[in-house]
Amino acid sequence: MTDHEAHLALHIEDLTVAYDGRPVLWDVDLDVPTGVMAAIVGPNGAGKSTLLKAMLGLVKPTAGHVYVLGRPYREQRAKVAYVPQRSGIDWDFPTTVLDVVVMGRYGQLGWLRRPGKAAYDRAREALEQVGMSDFQDRPIARLSGGQQQRTFLARALAQDADVMVLDEPMAGVDATSERAILEVLKHVRSQGRTVLVVHHDLQTVRTAFDWLMILNVRAIAQGPVDEVYNPTNLEAAYGPQVAFATHQGS
Amino acid sequence: MTELLTGVAFSVVATGMLVGWSAAWLGTFLVLRSTAMITDAISHSILLGIVVTWWWSGQTSGPLLILGAALAGVATVFLSDALARTRLVKDDAAIGLVFPALFALGVLLINLLARDVHIDQHTVLLGEIGFVWLDVTTVAGVAVPTSLLWMAVVTLINGVVMMLLFKEFQLATFDPGLAAALGFAPAGLAALLTSLTSVTAVAAFDAVGVVLFLAFAIIPPAAAYLLTDRLWRMLLYATFMASVASVLGYVIAAAWDLNIAGSMAAVAAAQFLLAWLLSPQQGLLAQRLMRRRERDQHAQEAMAVHLCQHEDDPEAEVENVVGALRSHLGWRDATARRVVAQGLESGLVTRDGERLALTPLGRALAQRILGTPTGAR
Amino acid sequence: MLDYTTITVLTGALLLGLTAGSLGTFAVLRRQSLLGDALAHAALPGVVLAFIVTGSRSLGVLLAGALATSLLGALLLDRVVRRSRLKTDPSLGLVLSSFFAVGVVLLSYAQRQGGAGQAGLESFLFGQAAALLRSDLWITGGLTLFALGSLLLFWKEWKVATFDPAFAASIGLPVAWLEAALTALVAVAVVLGLQLVGIVLMASMLIAPAVAARQWVRTLESMTILAAAFGATAGVVGTYVSAQADGLATGPLIVLAMSAITAVSLLAAPHRGLLWRSLQRRIGRRDATPDRVLTAMQRLARDHHNPTYPSDLGMLEAGLGARCHRALAELEASGLVERTVHPPESTTHYRLTQAGAEHAGLEAS
Repeated sequence: MTDHEAHLALHIEDLTVAYDGRPVLWDVDLDVPTGVMAAIVGPNGAGKSTLLKAMLGLVKPTAGHVYVLGRPYREQRAKVAYVPQRSGIDWDFPTTVLDVVVMGRYGQLGWLRRPGKAAYDRAREALEQVGMSDFQDRPIARLSGGQQQRTFLARALAQDADVMVLDEPMAGVDATSERAILEVLKHVRSQGRTVLVVHHDLQTVRTAFDWLMILNVRAIAQGPVDEVYNPTNLEAAYGPQVAFATHQGS
Repeated sequence: MTELLTGVAFSVVATGMLVGWSAAWLGTFLVLRSTAMITDAISHSILLGIVVTWWWSGQTSGPLLILGAALAGVATVFLSDALARTRLVKDDAAIGLVFPALFALGVLLINLLARDVHIDQHTVLLGEIGFVWLDVTTVAGVAVPTSLLWMAVVTLINGVVMMLLFKEFQLATFDPGLAAALGFAPAGLAALLTSLTSVTAVAAFDAVGVVLFLAFAIIPPAAAYLLTDRLWRMLLYATFMASVASVLGYVIAAAWDLNIAGSMAAVAAAQFLLAWLLSPQQGLLAQRLMRRRERDQHAQEAMAVHLCQHEDDPEAEVENVVGALRSHLGWRDATARRVVAQGLESGLVTRDGERLALTPLGRALAQRILGTPTGAR
Repeated sequence: MLDYTTITVLTGALLLGLTAGSLGTFAVLRRQSLLGDALAHAALPGVVLAFIVTGSRSLGVLLAGALATSLLGALLLDRVVRRSRLKTDPSLGLVLSSFFAVGVVLLSYAQRQGGAGQAGLESFLFGQAAALLRSDLWITGGLTLFALGSLLLFWKEWKVATFDPAFAASIGLPVAWLEAALTALVAVAVVLGLQLVGIVLMASMLIAPAVAARQWVRTLESMTILAAAFGATAGVVGTYVSAQADGLATGPLIVLAMSAITAVSLLAAPHRGLLWRSLQRRIGRRDATPDRVLTAMQRLARDHHNPTYPSDLGMLEAGLGARCHRALAELEASGLVERTVHPPESTTHYRLTQAGAEHAGLEAS
């Protein structure tokens, strides 16, 4: 590992994930410097969510390895916060907003120890940051989509992680919540922490993010948004139609 | 009532209650994880485990039998999962393929091997809680029914595990992805839950039978789920309802000489019906009331908007009358009259003969909906 | 060799297999495999109640009661899933165990009432084939005719409603009614099986034939016919074995025969079967030629701007969709690639040698 690689927030090499011998991700390298807001974009089935899951050890890769802040991910779990896709969660689960946010502290607590006052205080702070303080005792079954996402964001904040990984946080969220979420993420970045977002909306990529990876099974391109966001790269991932329309529209 | 205090009554109710507690604690997570039917499968496959363990060791009770039978339960889960993973079969079909095959094999082995031994499929299916006091073990000089003793041990284990790993089970059930990312091994916790369920089902079978174990595991937690939005309260309510069901079920069964375990489970089922009907948030009545309130609210808003739009019209004389609500808003006579009455009562409108007028309160409501700032006109 | 009773039971088992097999096809395809299990348990209180009310033990009366509570169970299940926050799986468990509990209580009541009449009610738990009378076959036959007739009559409606309910609704079919009717027919099939295989094992008679048939054929028509044939075969084989070997219960034997057919289908069916697939993977996944592997490695080296880029074996195989170790061994023998390690990964990697990089004129630069 070079000195340069040791200072990266995220360093992924040769990541390959295959189901039934068919590659979902193939030979993906990804470097994300610390203190940026990075987006991963790509068409449906490009393997964006799989990339996150393989990164976090939730699916077993065929090949490749993942380094977080210069050390293998397994040793750095506590430094990564993960916000899964909202649609994969049972929102009828009997729990309240505050309890969900406290779950963000479970990693620091480890096995068997119960969350104490400190954990609840940190959770309330995180709720304050996303503007959800008034909802702390509300059952999660009675939240709107945007409120659900902000609750999850607060949970990630409560993890006090150096790297925050979010899977489609803007999907199905109202405009106010989307703005609020972006503000919080920018604040996280301003503290020198790193944000990695799987994103679906090409329109907002250029305005909101400063680092971009275009993915379609393989890594098409990555780097600062201004260098990477161009018709050639988009066409390579999405095909000519989308690339043209998006570039005209923005 | 003295009958309740005698040894028989006590041992029966206590056994039922311990089964109820264990089942309620495990069942809370089984319901939330949607693994009720795999629990059904586990509890059936136990028969095969019992037969095979008995054949191999000659024992018809005790820890070896519990372990052997529980292993069959775990094997059921393993086989169903493996079958579903081939993607030739959906997961619910996989369950329905595995457990009848294992159960049928168990019955057949009983037919072949155990004609004279007191193991039979009826006992496994239905249990015989009324006879728990017949088989007694002496612990520290005190005679305790063997079933009760084993159920107490299993309940203790379940209680300790639930207490220690409450946080872990909660996270792994709600968000397995995060649990895995934080290193909480959700697959391991699921396997632990499966094992505990199997062991509990085995310990419970000769008291209540396997199908009624399922009843204790699913019904009280399902009822509790309709009453609260807190996980620990769900556990507590389910425990409470299981306790009530054991006592009340016994009293009813004793009074009419009915099957005791069945009566306990039937009381639990009645509790579910009550919860489903009357729960303040989730209940059928609450849902109906809420729908009615929403409908009334919409009607009030529609009336206020209609009156507000025609307030300064020259046509106000014909538009803002009770009759116009019928024709213009498409309301039936009775509806129109009820809406106007509610509007008068809540001070949104005033009435002068047939003519309706908005009060300031009603006008504010209409303007809020129409988006015009108050006082702009 | 085949006595009067055996022929009666054989006929009953044949009819049950036909009905359960063909209706099970729809249940499995609609992802309601375990519906039959719940409905079978829900039949118990009906059987006992029918006996308590009428005092009759005739099969027709008991099955009418069974059908009634079975349908009530289906209705309640539907309501709970729609009108509470409980999901389908716990709702199934809830209905199954609640109805069964009530059934057990009623059974003890009937037993207390005593009389020889109640004897044998418990046989519905596991079935008691020998108790089937020739006159009962009229009921079994009638129900079979009704179920299969309805299936034929509304075939195309049920086909489209099962395959694509939204489309079916858009062309004006009463989808909710069609689904309810199909559920009712499943209840009929369940009730048919009570006497022969019993409550506990009935689920298998609906699920297993359909799953087995699905492995061999691709259309709904052939799947339904084959499932019916499998069900009937299992019924006949199970009954026959039971008649030959004294003291072996018929129901479990029928279920085991069906399970065996299903196991064979899952393993050996052409194209889908597990053995077939693993065989095909062995034959079908050819080895990559050394040329392809070398070209791929050269391209990887170029893409990574690293002439000695270490390629993982699994990655190469996933990318080329072929096995690579033979090709790599050949390349290694001719000195074009060499083994290497790529920490922190523990798997074997391969990289190009100087000769390999320059092979076929591709420059290493």
